Amino acid sequence: MLQIESQPFALDHDLFACIQCGKCTGGCPMAIKTQLNPRVLIYRLLTAGNGYDLEKHEELWDCTTCGTCFSRCPKEVNPMETVIALRSVFVEKGRVHQNVKTALESTYRHGNPLTLPREDRGAWAKDLSVKLMSDGAEYLYYVGCSPSYDPKAQKTSRALVRILQRAGVDFGILGKEENCCASEVRRLGELGLFEMMAEDNQETLKRLGVGKMFTTSPHCFNTFSNDYPKNGVEVQHYTQVLANIVDNDELEFTSKLEKTVTYHDPCYLGKQNGIYDEPRAVLKSIPGIKLVEMDRSREKSLCCEGGGGRMWLEGTNPGERLAQTRIKEAIETGAEILATACPFCLLTLDEAVKLLNAEDKLQVMDIAELVDQAL
Amino acid sequence: MAFIPRVGVYICHCGINIAATVDVKAVAEFAAHLPGVVVSRDYTYMCSDPGQALIKDDIAELKLDRVVVASCSPLMHEPTFRATVAEVDLNPYCFEMANIREQCSWVHEDGMSTTQKAMQLVASAVAKAIILQPLQQRQAPVTPTALVIGGGIAGIHSALDIANAGFHVTIVERSPNLGGHVSQLHQTFPTLESTADLLNPLIDRVTHHPYVTVMTEAEVTEVTGYVGNFQVKVRQGDKTTEVPVGVIVVATGFEVFDAHLKPELGYGVYPEVITTADFEQLAAGEIWGNGREPERVVFIHCVGSRDQSVGNPYCSRVCCMISAKQARLVREHLPNSRVTVFYTDMRAYGKGSEEFYDSVRQKGVVYRRGNPSEIIRRGDLVVVMAEDTLTGEPVEVEADLVVLAVGMVPRSDTDVIAGLLKLARSSDGFFMEAHPKLRPVDTAMAGIFLAGCCQGPKDIPETIAQARAAAATVMIPLMRGQVQVEAAVASIQEELCAGCEQCVEVCAFAALQLHPVRGVMSVNPVLCQGCGACTSACPSGAISIKHFTFDQTMAQIDVLSDFGEPTIPTPKVEAEEVAI
Amino acid sequence: MTSPASFSTTQSNSTSPTALIIGAGIAGIQAALDMADAGFEVYLVERSPSIGGRMAQLDKTFPTLDCSSCILTPKMVDVGRHPNIHLLTYSEVVQVNGQAGQFHVQIKKKPRYVDEDRCRGCGLCAEACRLQGHVPSDFDARVAKRSAIYVPFPQAVPMVYTVDPEHCIYLTRGVCGKTFKCKDACPEDAIDFDQTEQILEVDVGAILVATGFDVFDPRRKPELGYGLYPQVITSLEFERLASASGPTAGKIALNGKPPKRVVFIQCVGSRDTNLGIPYCSRVCCMAVTKQAHLAHDRLPGAEITVFYIDIRAFGKGFEEFYDRVRREGILYRRGNPSEVLQRGDHVVVRAEDTLLGELVEVEADLVVLAVGMRPRKDADQVGQMLNLTLDQDGFFQEEHPKVRTVESTIPGMFLAGCCQGPKDIPDTVAHAKAAASAAMILLTQTEKEMGAVNAAN
Repeated sequence: MLQIESQPFALDHDLFACIQCGKCTGGCPMAIKTQLNPRVLIYRLLTAGNGYDLEKHEELWDCTTCGTCFSRCPKEVNPMETVIALRSVFVEKGRVHQNVKTALESTYRHGNPLTLPREDRGAWAKDLSVKLMSDGAEYLYYVGCSPSYDPKAQKTSRALVRILQRAGVDFGILGKEENCCASEVRRLGELGLFEMMAEDNQETLKRLGVGKMFTTSPHCFNTFSNDYPKNGVEVQHYTQVLANIVDNDELEFTSKLEKTVTYHDPCYLGKQNGIYDEPRAVLKSIPGIKLVEMDRSREKSLCCEGGGGRMWLEGTNPGERLAQTRIKEAIETGAEILATACPFCLLTLDEAVKLLNAEDKLQVMDIAELVDQAL
Repeated sequence: MAFIPRVGVYICHCGINIAATVDVKAVAEFAAHLPGVVVSRDYTYMCSDPGQALIKDDIAELKLDRVVVASCSPLMHEPTFRATVAEVDLNPYCFEMANIREQCSWVHEDGMSTTQKAMQLVASAVAKAIILQPLQQRQAPVTPTALVIGGGIAGIHSALDIANAGFHVTIVERSPNLGGHVSQLHQTFPTLESTADLLNPLIDRVTHHPYVTVMTEAEVTEVTGYVGNFQVKVRQGDKTTEVPVGVIVVATGFEVFDAHLKPELGYGVYPEVITTADFEQLAAGEIWGNGREPERVVFIHCVGSRDQSVGNPYCSRVCCMISAKQARLVREHLPNSRVTVFYTDMRAYGKGSEEFYDSVRQKGVVYRRGNPSEIIRRGDLVVVMAEDTLTGEPVEVEADLVVLAVGMVPRSDTDVIAGLLKLARSSDGFFMEAHPKLRPVDTAMAGIFLAGCCQGPKDIPETIAQARAAAATVMIPLMRGQVQVEAAVASIQEELCAGCEQCVEVCAFAALQLHPVRGVMSVNPVLCQGCGACTSACPSGAISIKHFTFDQTMAQIDVLSDFGEPTIPTPKVEAEEVAI
Repeated sequence: MTSPASFSTTQSNSTSPTALIIGAGIAGIQAALDMADAGFEVYLVERSPSIGGRMAQLDKTFPTLDCSSCILTPKMVDVGRHPNIHLLTYSEVVQVNGQAGQFHVQIKKKPRYVDEDRCRGCGLCAEACRLQGHVPSDFDARVAKRSAIYVPFPQAVPMVYTVDPEHCIYLTRGVCGKTFKCKDACPEDAIDFDQTEQILEVDVGAILVATGFDVFDPRRKPELGYGLYPQVITSLEFERLASASGPTAGKIALNGKPPKRVVFIQCVGSRDTNLGIPYCSRVCCMAVTKQAHLAHDRLPGAEITVFYIDIRAFGKGFEEFYDRVRREGILYRRGNPSEVLQRGDHVVVRAEDTLLGELVEVEADLVVLAVGMRPRKDADQVGQMLNLTLDQDGFFQEEHPKVRTVESTIPGMFLAGCCQGPKDIPDTVAHAKAAASAAMILLTQTEKEMGAVNAAN
């Protein structure tokens, strides 16, 4: 039994505002292939009287937290946040998948969900003469867990460093002082751990006198901007920084990249934060690139299924992975490269290419990598 | 001889509205001992006939010269009671109200402190009443002509009625033709008559009416003056005409929601996706989608309405029926077509509408309850992604024509018109009427009235009713030939006025002017709304508002401060215990 | 003591353009004020003892939650004292002859048995009446009982008591104990059982019909339990319970007990081809939303559910009001309940929740049926008297459903308000004003013609 007091819950989460129009479910990428139905979930909570048993609701873990529901709800109800709040009920009772448990514990202990040592966090930048924030810099480049530890994602961070150095941006990193931003922790419903880590991270920023920062991952960008309490730090995603650099002609390209590229809008950058144009501006600035758009672009971008903790819940639902659908959509445009600006998208889409045996048809790369290639 | 006030105080119970939280008898008893008070009573409903009779009898028998009623807001019944005292020849400005309902009994819990607050409000009103001065309302003459801004169906009907009543009307229409949005419709629900058949005779009548002047491709560029005496500048091409009128009817209509603002629906990207407005144009010819006769047509309701994500929380009222009409047309013209309508609530509320909705379904249109989330492409079709909330499952409906039922939005130049006429806007952006229930055509500006969709979405019968209602309302000043001018306006003490014109800067009604010869300010009593902004702005204290003079206001404040530390009665919002 | 019924006839020939308005609810009141303010003379005829109509029966109005009588009484007072309005309450139009511009009307003034000039509205007669607390009050939708001598509500205009001829013991049986309790109590000696019916004849140029509506009788849907279970009431009865001037002074309670579970059912007697009532009554969605809010306000902690098919919140501010009310914790469930059954000391509402696709049973201590608007019971007779056509739903037929909704099929006769079809208050006011406009045009044109005729003679 996982009983909750549904009436106060419904009032607290503004569920009574819902008119049951179904727009959320209609746009939910997981509703088509799982039992997840945000509208019915809300309605059951509303009509349950004062007690609702969440016991059978395993579909709560199918939510990728893409935010499509919230971005379209005409009454500004947030089904995504409702799902997160319900997940926290499971979390409190320790009723989570083992992988998730491992990831959460690792995040707490090692500052990253990958069970890798804290000390190695800055290792990716060893040979790049990147200074530490403690030595003073105008910007903090907040790298993130995957771009620090994962070999494929490290290509992004390394490329970005080269670009920024070329453009003369004064930035520093936290190195092994960098801790996971805890965005996924929050989305998995471990709200207590999130608050603790957010507090710690903000302390670090304060101690180092950080005034401006940018991130590799839209997840980190989103959580620092919107989940953390306001602390006066200006937060950007790296595509915004690059777009600015490109706009001011501060980057000199030395070679052309004659490729057809299509761009996948990451949910946390696009749908949730409205950043659609800057990544495209950066791509278009690369000489030789031909940018084509998928039908599902911008507000309709198809979630890669990497968010919402689903990186650790792979294989827990049947049906084709959304990332695979996405790869097919990209190939249909005739593009040779699928560009993106999020390490989770990068990893999930890259894996999907392999699963589809399409390595010869499509390459998944981060925008930073592409810019770097043309420098 | 010194003026000795004889004040009558009347505490209203307002049924239980006041009496439930305020001890009205105690307040009446308290008031009886206030200086100047000759009689103090309480009664269930002061606004009723017997309540008013109490006042009138006391004025006659006890020779009262000032009256205070403690009851509801003056917005409710001040005119009522002013007329009551006037009936027995007491100047209506010798009457004062204390609001012990909206400002006391309705917002505090029952208790001693609430009653005390009521007493303080009454004492304060009495203190002011004693030094109120009789004032005379003036009459201002009314130019017996009208201006109608906008030549759509609303403007046409207002103009016709006013002209038929014998008054000259000028219609100013910015486009080259009369008829507005209705002229862009093909057929109207529920009768499915051709709109042209309905509209053309009307346009004909109004254009040929001896009392109507139609100015097309014309714009109002300036409005000065006041009720009964407006000076309006109308520009046509490079010529500007001055049109003096007594009353103005605003019938500027609406615009259609721009479906590009919902990019997930693909309008402007997929040629298969059109709006209901586009459909009307097509319906006059043949219904097509992407160059061929559509077989699968989907209608989507509430595009840009009932939608806080685009800042339009209101309902656009007509779209349910418009799309029903269009859906039926599709089935009638293309019998092999499959027509689906996605809706959330089917608002077929009007006369004949529910029956029409029944007939549309009988013609084979399928209504599915769900608000589609997005439209994507699949080959040479588009796919509407929605949840059917009645089966509880996500659905993908393929279509070769998608019609978006776009809502009504205020015109993009609403700001300009609002500025010209000093009109207020409601929270939905349309022009605000003076009272949403009982004064649907009046505005806060005397002499300026609203007709049609510029005040909010409406269908044709509702628009016509409101337009004719506006006509009826303007007929009153036009037929009487004069209007009453509120007496509680600003007045200048000339010896204190330095002519610095700081008051002019804060006056929103252009009511103050520097006298060219005397070098002091003068007030136009018809334009002045008595708001008091000038009074606070004047550095030498030369301006006061009649009926709200410095002395009168200070008398109120002095009495309140005499009560010592204010006890703060419990507000109803948070029920906290308050130590008295 | 009865005298043979005798008619006294008064003739009135006004030379200024005059209109007759039949019905003094908000529609009649608004039209009368507009025409009178413009300088026309108006005969405003109202069959009940006071003007005010249905609006006076409401507690608060949507979406602003204005107290209905608070915004209505200033207009009622204006009507009562307007020099151009001849107010004839407790009167009925009995015959109309003639044509547009020249109607000859007979109006019957029913005897109140109370002298209008003497009565001060003190109410001592009603307190003394032997039938005090025994006569069901129509104004209170029969949830309250009054005396045989009464005013319908405390802000009545005119504030004059009336003897109910159907219940007064003296009038029905010829004798009322040893003395007339009412007469004895009256300090102004205003009660006069010698009063007789009077006929007034007037000439008018235009007639406005503003006779309003009745509500659906839910006994025609016996499966909902109205009349069977005390817990089931109509929305009009709820309105009277909620009203500060009503029988419970605004306390929502049945037999003194406030309900803990309230269920509202929409579309009772509307949208129902089974009953032969296919049309939508337009106002009930919003009226119930408002009532749900009032219930929530007055019954803290109560569970409130609204069963609906479509929520028709179409007007200005309506959708926003609907949003606000849901956010207060009132549950809207889509489904039209099929039946109400008894269960112990309460009832159970059975419906399919169509958003879940499941049958549900919701227990309730109070069930409020949103009854639809119906044409008045005597619409037939009024129609015949005036030669007006009725539409297929029994409301008065307008000349054209889109572009001429205030003109009837008879020139010179205009329709104002709900007698032409269901409307809410703002739509009624606009419609009534539009009718006034049309009537004023007719009168002005008639006057011009008469002037031309006179000049020619």
